[in-house]
Parts: sequence; structure tokens; C-alpha cells
Amino acid sequence: MTKNQLFSAPGGLAADYLRRKGHPSLVEGVAFVLLRLSMLFVIAAIFFIFYDIFSKGVGVISWEFITAMPRRGMTEGGIWSAVLGTVYLTLITAVASVPIGVFAAIYLNEYAKKNTFTRIIRLSIRNLAGVPSIVYGLFGVALFVRALELGTSLLSAGLTLGLLTLPVTVTASEEALKSVPDSFREGALALGATKWQAIRTNVIPSALPGIITGMILGISRAAGETAPILFTGAAFYLSSLPSSLSSRFMALPYHLFIMSTQHHSIEKVRPIAYGTALVLIGLVVTMNMSAILLRTHYRKKMRG
Amino acid sequence: METNIVIQVKKLDLYYGKFQALKNINMEISGQEVTALIGPSGCGKSTFLRTLNRLNDLIDSVQIEGDVSIDGNNIYDKSCDVVALRKKVGMVFQKPNPFPKTIYDNVAYGPRVHGIKERKKLDAIVEKSLREAALWEEVKDNLSRSALRLSGGQQQRLCIARVLAVGPDVVLMDEPTSALDPIATQKIEDLIRELKERFTIVIVTHNMQQAARVSDSTAFFLNGEVLEMGETEIMFTHPLDQRTEDYITGKFG
Repeated sequence: MTKNQLFSAPGGLAADYLRRKGHPSLVEGVAFVLLRLSMLFVIAAIFFIFYDIFSKGVGVISWEFITAMPRRGMTEGGIWSAVLGTVYLTLITAVASVPIGVFAAIYLNEYAKKNTFTRIIRLSIRNLAGVPSIVYGLFGVALFVRALELGTSLLSAGLTLGLLTLPVTVTASEEALKSVPDSFREGALALGATKWQAIRTNVIPSALPGIITGMILGISRAAGETAPILFTGAAFYLSSLPSSLSSRFMALPYHLFIMSTQHHSIEKVRPIAYGTALVLIGLVVTMNMSAILLRTHYRKKMRG
Repeated sequence: METNIVIQVKKLDLYYGKFQALKNINMEISGQEVTALIGPSGCGKSTFLRTLNRLNDLIDSVQIEGDVSIDGNNIYDKSCDVVALRKKVGMVFQKPNPFPKTIYDNVAYGPRVHGIKERKKLDAIVEKSLREAALWEEVKDNLSRSALRLSGGQQQRLCIARVLAVGPDVVLMDEPTSALDPIATQKIEDLIRELKERFTIVIVTHNMQQAARVSDSTAFFLNGEVLEMGETEIMFTHPLDQRTEDYITGKFG
């Protein structure tokens, strides 16, 4: 009996009983089932969304659908103007946010002193990532459209989305830089490299996979945003493609919004809406997949 | 024996914020010799080693007072060029830290940051350094392989080669064999004995036998102070201080 008590689990008598009955870890079993159910729930939700959009959208997808302009009040034709608008927009977003984001992260992680001030800055950047995108949209109107007089245009919308992704790119780049072991920095400095040489030739190459992954994830999120471009340059319908940075444009997420809620004959254009959703998801998934592929490619290269 | 003093330390105090990690260190380190720094963990050996190439500068809270002269120049003087100093005073770390690059690029890293671009020159430096680090025969056919695929002992010899490629006078070693097996350790120790012909070597070690085997002089650190310093043989047979004897014989660590 004393021996039995010695080996009895914290679960007490019940657990002890179960153990003797041949249920060594009922609690663990229950927890495991719960965890597994949670995971299944997530997968089921994602699967359902994909299945719904795919099954209803795949019928209208064709080369023609992607590369043709919308016709007859957007009840016929394709979505080329929206696809191209989103591509342009994404490029501007990348140009606006990647260099500043990476440089800011390098400064914060490598050069800035570790004091209360930098902690506040870092906290603010984290918080900016949580600001609702509509707020960025209004800010974009105030700053780019009005104050800088860029008007409602590709440039205004791209810069607004750039601001939106900036916190994400800074944070992701900083995490990537942080994960580079200090021995790479010290090793290079001890050989007489200057700080910038050490960062450029030894720290950044190691952090690059993480930085690139963060960039692409941030930008792919921006590609799907509607609210920030709503007031800054996206158009309901345009008969021509954007010709310059100051043109207005159509974009996939906004087009989808219109096709599913604003169009005069919603029932009729529903297939087009699903097709648009599918193209948008395809675009975002492609970007995310390429982020993953790039990361594994670089990781392999690092390991040699 | 005539000694030539290469490193001279006078009244060195070092603070991490308010904590004083080094207290009034005075030391003379001779050239073409191996000087071992021994003492229990946290006693300031590594901190002291890192004052010799100013690697402590990287830590914001560090404050240093006193003089450290190498070849007669005070390295904490405002006019001191830290890059030139670190070129002259190389360092091998506790854990082998090859960069995630090829073997060749690891050794060529130092020369390249110092502006050598010519392939022929770099080839020559890489071969010479790898030979000096007793690694050439093992890697000469695989120079373009990743350094991370070498064994731990080979990685550490690569790190030594990388230091030698810069052409230093002084080589600092911070427990260079603590992460290695006995055979790899022996190879490094053999290498240290060879290298001391041409370099001034300062080595931090936790291994008393290692200090006895490779060093000519030994300094015993305790709580940020140098308790005793002198010829290794004398110190290990007739320590002056009871605490030195207790440490060497393993009564505390």
C-alpha cells in the first residue's frame, strides 16, 4: 500500500483507479482529442470556404475571363482591369514599404540603443499593426489625397497600403534580424569588419529568408484589402486601364465588394463575383506559397 | 629569459552598469608566449579577454577605466582605430562560429573586408591560413563546401584559420575547446603550441590540465581581480595564495 501511494499520480484516487484499470492517462487522452478537434475545426472551416468559392467560381474562370475587360455594366466580360489594378497597386505597395521597413528594422535591431525610448517605438509599431485598415484609408485621404494633393490615384492608394504594411514589414524584418546569432556579428567584428560590413555581409544574408517571407506575407495581405483603397483611388468601374500613377484604377477586392453587394443585378453577376474571389485567393495563395518556397530554398542554401 | 612585453594593462576597472566586473587589473603579457587565464565562472576572465580587442564596446552599459596598451599604444585612447586594432588582435570564440558560407569564403572574409579583392591573393591567403591552422589537408578538395558541414573540431580550426588570414599579432582564445571532444581538443592544443612561435596568445580555459599543458604564464582570476600571476609551472606547483591552490586542485570551481 505504501508503495502504491508512493507511485500514485497527482490525479488522486480516481486517476489511480483508472491507471490500475489500464487507462494510464485518461486526462491526456481527453486533452489530445480536444486539441485534435480544434485543429479539425480550423481545417474544416478553411476547406469549406475554399470549396464553396472554388465550386462556384471555377465555372467562369478562363483565360478570357482574366484577360478581358468588363462589359455591359460589368455583367459580362472579364476582370482584367481589376487584375492589373491590383498588380500595379501591389508593386507600389512593395516599393513604398519594403526599403523603409527593412532599413527601419536594421536601425532598430542593430544600431538603436536598448532603452525605454526604443521600447516605446517598438511597442507603437506593434500597435500600428493592429489599427483597423479603414483608419489607414482615412489617414491616406487626409495625407496623400488632400495634403500632398496626389488626388484619388494609384499612387495615393499604393502609399496608403504601404503604410498599412509598414508595421508588418518592420516587425517581421526585426524578428528575422533578431534570430541571427550574435556570434555572426561578433565573429565578423573581431576580424576587423566595421559594423555596417558585418551587418551587410553577415547578418542580412542570414536574415534574408525571414525578411523576404515577412515582406511577401505583409504585401499579400495588403493585396486583399478593400477599405484603405476605397477612398484613395479605387474606382467602381473604368472603361480604360490606368495609364499613370495618378490614374484611378479598379482592384480585385473592391471589384468583389461591388459585385457582391453594390451591383444593380446582383443575382446575375454572382458567378463573376465568385470568379473574382477565386482569382484573388489564387493570387494571395500564390504569393504566400512563393514566400514559403523562397524561405525553404534559402534555408537549404544556408545549411549547404 | 628575456621577455618582450606586448600587452600592458594598468589599473583596469570595468563596470556593467553599476556592477564592477573587473577590479584594478594590472598585467603584463609577453609576446611569443601562451598566457592562460583561469578562474571560476563569472570571475571576469572572458570579460577581460574582450577588453583586449574592445569587443565589450558592443554592450551599451559597459564602462571602462584604466589603460590597456598593445605595442605601446593605448587602445582606449580616442585616436585608436578599432578596426585596425581588431585586425591586429584576433579572437577565437568558445563555440565554433563559422559563418553560413563556404569554407573558402569564411577564411577570405577578413581579407575581403579589408579590401583584398584579387582572386590570386585571396587563394594564397586562404591556403596559407588553412595550412597554418592544420586544416588544409582535410578540406583542400572541398573549399566550396559549406563550413557548417565540417565537424566541431574542424569548424574551430577553420575559425582559427579565419583569424590568421587577417594577419594578427595577438590571438585571443575564449575557451576554444570547451565544445570539443578530447581528440579535437588535442589537435587545437598542438596547434596552439605551434602558433605561439609567431603569435602572442591569450587563452581563457576552465580546464586546469589544458592551462598546464599549453601555457607559459597563468593568471588566476577571482571575483574580478587577478589574485595571482606568474609562470605556469611555478604557479601550478607552488601557488602563493591558498585560494589559488584550492582552485587548481579542484576544491572549488
